[in-house]
Formats: sequence, C-alpha cells, structure tokens
Amino acid sequence: MNLSILILFIPLIPLLGALALRLLGTRMGKTVVGAAATSTVALSFALSLAALASLSGMDPSARHQVARFFTWAPGLGGGIGLDLLLDPLSAVMILVVTGVGSLIHLYSTGYMREESAGEYARYFAYLNFFIFSMLLLVLSANFLVLFAGWELVGLSSYLLIGFFRSKTSAADAGKKAFIVNRVGDLGFLMGLLAILAIFGSLDYGRVLPQAATVLAGKGSWATLIALALFLGAMGKSAQVPLHVWLPDAMEGPTPVSALIHAATMVTAGVFMVARCHALFELSATAMAVVAWVGAVTALFAATIGLVQNDIKRVMAYSTLSQLGYMMLGVGVGAYTAGFFHLFTHAFFKALLFLGCGSVMHALHGELDLTRMGGLRAKMPVTFWTFLVGALCLAGFPLTSGFFSKDEILWEALASPHGSALLWAIGAFTSLLTAVYVSRLVFKVFFGAPRDRHLFEHAHESGWAMALPLVALALLALLAGLLGLPHAWSSHQPFAEWLAPVFSDIHAAEASALPPSLPWLLMGLYTLGILAGAGFCWWLFVAAPGRSDRLYALKPVAWLHRVLWNKYWVDEAYQALLVDGPLALFRWLWRWFDQGLLDGLVNFAGFSAQAGGATLRLLQTGYLRFYLALMALGAALWLALVFRLL
Amino acid sequence: MSLGFVLLLSLLIFCIGVAGVIIRRDPIVLFICIEMMFNAANLAFVGIARATGLVEAQAIAFLVIAVAAAEVAVGLAIIIAIFRSQHDADVDHVSSLKG
Repeated sequence: MNLSILILFIPLIPLLGALALRLLGTRMGKTVVGAAATSTVALSFALSLAALASLSGMDPSARHQVARFFTWAPGLGGGIGLDLLLDPLSAVMILVVTGVGSLIHLYSTGYMREESAGEYARYFAYLNFFIFSMLLLVLSANFLVLFAGWELVGLSSYLLIGFFRSKTSAADAGKKAFIVNRVGDLGFLMGLLAILAIFGSLDYGRVLPQAATVLAGKGSWATLIALALFLGAMGKSAQVPLHVWLPDAMEGPTPVSALIHAATMVTAGVFMVARCHALFELSATAMAVVAWVGAVTALFAATIGLVQNDIKRVMAYSTLSQLGYMMLGVGVGAYTAGFFHLFTHAFFKALLFLGCGSVMHALHGELDLTRMGGLRAKMPVTFWTFLVGALCLAGFPLTSGFFSKDEILWEALASPHGSALLWAIGAFTSLLTAVYVSRLVFKVFFGAPRDRHLFEHAHESGWAMALPLVALALLALLAGLLGLPHAWSSHQPFAEWLAPVFSDIHAAEASALPPSLPWLLMGLYTLGILAGAGFCWWLFVAAPGRSDRLYALKPVAWLHRVLWNKYWVDEAYQALLVDGPLALFRWLWRWFDQGLLDGLVNFAGFSAQAGGATLRLLQTGYLRFYLALMALGAALWLALVFRLL
Repeated sequence: MSLGFVLLLSLLIFCIGVAGVIIRRDPIVLFICIEMMFNAANLAFVGIARATGLVEAQAIAFLVIAVAAAEVAVGLAIIIAIFRSQHDADVDHVSSLKG
C-alpha cells in the first residue's frame, strides 16, 4: 500500500469506529461493540507496524514522509491543510498509542462489562475517538493539525473523565480538567500565532529547520515562543502549577486513567517539546524553565504520593512525578532520554493502572488502601504483574524504568543544560518513588487483610483483563533492552532510531566526568531503591501499627498533614482564583451594577416623573387661571418690548 | 379727537374685558367680556385707519367682526352642551382637563 494512504488510515479507522459505535452501538450488543472497538485499534496498530517496517526500510536520513490530504488555507505560507508526518518520532508514538490502546480496549471489554449496553457503546465510542485524536496529534505535520489534535484529546479526556455522568464529582473533575487545560492552551495558541506572524507559516518543514536563522535577529522572540508553547505542554502534561486537574481526573473509569492520564495524552506535552526542540534549543532560558518545572513537578508530586490513601491517586501523583522526569529530560536537551522514559513509562504505568483497576474490580470499586491487604494469594496474576510495574516504576535494576530513569538522571548531571542540583532533585525523587510504590504494594498485597468482608469476596479478574496485564508486564520488562546505558553497550536501538529526528543537535559529548561515575551512580540508585523498599517493609509489614506510631510523632504528623492536603494547592486556587474573583464580582454586581448603573437609569426615570408631577400643578383646569397667566405673560412681554422693566 | 385718546379708550375697554374674564364665573358674562376685548381691538383698528388713512386696518376690523360672530356661535353651542351634560354653567366647574 502507498505509504501516505497508510498514514491516513491509521487515524481514520478509529474515527470511523467511534462514529459507528456512537450512532449504532446501542443496537449492536456488548460483545460486538467490544470486539469492534478493540479491532479498529488493533487494525490501526497493524498499520502502524507496517508503517514502521516501511520506514525502517528507508535510508535513515530519508525517514520523513509528509502527506497532504486536503488544503484548507492555500494562501497561507505554502498552504495549511490536513498534513500528516511520519518520521521516527511519530512512528514510536503511534505504536505506543495503538499498541497500549488496543490492550486497554481489550481490558475495558472486561472492566466495563457491568455497564448497560448504551453506556458500554458510549464508552467505547469515546475511547476510539480518543485514539483518533491522539493519532492526529502525534502524526501532525503542521502546528494547526497539532493544535486540532491537542484540543480533540482534551475533549475526549473531558468526556471520559466525566463518563459516570450521574456522579457529581466525575462531572466536576471533567470540567476541572477542561478548564485548567484552557490556561495552557491559551499559551499554546499564542505561541502558534507568534510562529505564524514571524515565519508566515505553520508547517513544521517551514518553521523548525529555519528557526535558528529566522529568529536570530529577533531578540527574545525565541524565548517567548518556546515558553508560550511550553505553557501548553504544562497544561496537557499536568506540570506544576497546572497539575491540579490530573489527580481529579481519576474519577474516570480506570482503563481511561491508564490510557489517557498515564500512558498517552499526558505525554503529549513531552512529545511536543521534543517535536519543537529546534525552537526550544534557541533559548537557554526556555530550556532551563522546562528542566526546572520538570524537576519541581517530579519532587512535588512524589512527596504527595507518599501519603495518599486512594490507590488511583497515588498512581496519579506518580504519573505527575514521572512526567516531571520526562520534562527534566527534554529540558536538559536529552530528548532521546526523555522520550525513552515516555516510551517505557507508557507500558509500566498503564500496567500499574490496569493492576489498580483489577484490584478495584475484585473489591467492588474499593479504592482506599487502608481497607486492602493480603491480596497476594487471592490475585496472583494481578500481584505479579503489578510487582513488575512497581519495580519498573521504582527503577529497579534491569527493568525498563531503571534504564530510562538512569539515562535522564545522567543527562541531568552531564548535559551542558544540566546541573548537580537538578540531578540531586531527580535522584532524591527516585528514592521517594521507591518508597511510595513499595508502600502501595505492601499495603495492597501483603500483610493481613484489613477488611474481612472485602477480602473474602476478592477474586482474580477474567482473561480479558489478565491478558493485557501480562502483555504489558512483558513489554515493561523488555522495553529497556532498546536503550541500555552507554556504559553497558555501544548499541542502542532506540537512540539510533530517533537519531535522524534529533540530528540537528550537537551534543557536547566529551564530558569531563570520570567514566566510572555512571557505574557508581547506578549502584547508588539501586541502594536507594532497596533502602526505600526496606524502610516501607519495616514500617508497614514487619510490625503492624508501627506506621501509626511514626505518624503520631509531632514533626511527622505535621509533615503528613501538609502532604495529605497536597500542600493546599487546590484550596489556594479555590480561594485565589475562584472565591476571590467571585467575591469581587459579587461586590461589583451589588455596588456597580445594581447600585451605580441601575441607580443612574432609575434616576433618569424618577427625575422625569418628579418634574412632570411638579409641572402638572400648573394645569389647574380653571379657564380663568389660564387666562390670567396668559395676560400676565402678555403684560411681561409688552413690558420687555417697551423696556419698561 | 386725537388718536391717543382713541387708543387709551381701546386699552381701557380691553383691560375691563380681561379683568371681567378673570374675575367672573358666569359664561354669559365671560362672553360679554370677550366681546368687549374684540371691540376694543376694533376700536383701535378703526382709530388707526382714520388717523393714517389705511384701508387695510378697516378691512381687518370687518374680519374681526366676522370672526367674533363665528366665535359666539361656537361658544354658545359649547356652553349649551356643557349645561346639558352638567346642569350647571359655572366655568370653574368645568375643569376635567386638570393635570
């Protein structure tokens, strides 16, 4: 098949699936709906594999296929239309989206089984629509298509977060996600308009390669554009301070959290920064902002994740933290490392979320980990796959998370954009990651069951849910082989595959750091992970009640309160951005609108009335009075004429 | 007899007419007073015509007589109509146009 037709069909099939399911799904029956939805994404996955194959058959420098399907604005900088781009970067993304996407569709057929037929069809229509939007986003060849995809994934995210529409909290969470993303999207749009104004085009091919020359004499425009685009990335990838929507997004069905709010959509910001790296590279300020926002998000979210009791929320904060890592990676110029972490994270975090979903499913929707415990024997498949995901997340040696995180931390230290402080934050966060994820594993799967009733009824999930868990566990374990550390192997397929995309970057390779340092750091991280996990074992499993005694200590209790309340960011936003303006507007309404404006209008009417009432007194109705006035008037007039007065 | 006396007489009759309309409440007396004002004006016109020899002033005096006749016809009709509806012809009782 022609490659450009192939590129078109990759997003088109899920779109057709979404339309068919939305229009006809209620009449199809659940089995057909589930099979149809899963097979459209699986078909897309097959096409993506074919695209990958034909791309790898080309010369590395020629792996850049742009296809235009219609022109929307012919006069605008070479024309803007539906332009799709297949290159190594988008090829990796479409594989992740359709691959993880089809596994999650399969999982959903089991997870959503208890919904009514109508809801079931609606769910899969939205999920297919999300896959279409995400594919459009990653395959975009100009900023307009990127923006369209960007907004469409936001829409699908909104629809799916608020999927349980009878729940007020779910509807609120959907609105929150949408509104917080508006802030980022405003920045993104401003960046786009600035690019259009300066370059006269939105085409990647006309903007990115020429960025350095065009922006050379334009002062701080490079920084402004990069920061405006990054504001969009901060919204979509939930970076501090726009992170507040992601934990609430857990109100959606768990497979949605796995697909959209862990594996794919939230990484769009990282993808965008990697895609536009030519713009970001022009400004050291922008790069530093990206790196620092990433590092702060990583640390900030990991600390909150330490104390939360809702398993999905722990995972949400973990996702925030890992997104921070990715941003740190791309911010220090290590695009391959950041992107590699995106790749591995997609597998292990989807796996962890699906594991949470499996636990929830077994416990009738219970999310509170203080009511779980001892599920290891009851749910062996979930336990072992979850353990794999947890090891990857913690960065245990030889798992994929270890390699990708190690690469980012190494670059944070060694790259010219990096610094020891960035590295230290990243390394400390990796210790915290080990602590919060082992706490989760120990509390859910180890120890004595804390709620007898729930425990008795727990059961392993069916094959439709177990199969994706196993597949993702294998992927999570093996994905690391694509990017072994430099110290271990000179052959790195992932980096070599992406090399044509990042060929314009001249890495300062000759690092002054000693060659033994990578080994030393790896040992250090491993020790940190073991120490964190051991600490959690000592605290939560070895002696029940020890954690309660620890929390009772005054400084710990204080810290616990701060973290439990998530640093009061939501409360601060509520007070500053919602209640404050609301009070101001209420005051303006009362005093300005009702008081001043309405007062003026009412005064105009009242004065006319009062004036009329006064003048009316002259109209006595007595003929003689009128005549007297007339005579008086005539007399006065005569007097004036003859100047008698 | 000089023009000055004629005009002074005319002014006097006119003022009596005005005062009569203002003071009296009987519509018939009102009419008489209005006629007095008309005729005061006519006297002034005729006096000026005689003094200056202008024919137009005499013509206007005739016009005023004709208008006064028409006015009396209409006015009496109104008074009769009011009297019929109110059984009373006091002008102070006719004040339904009061604001």
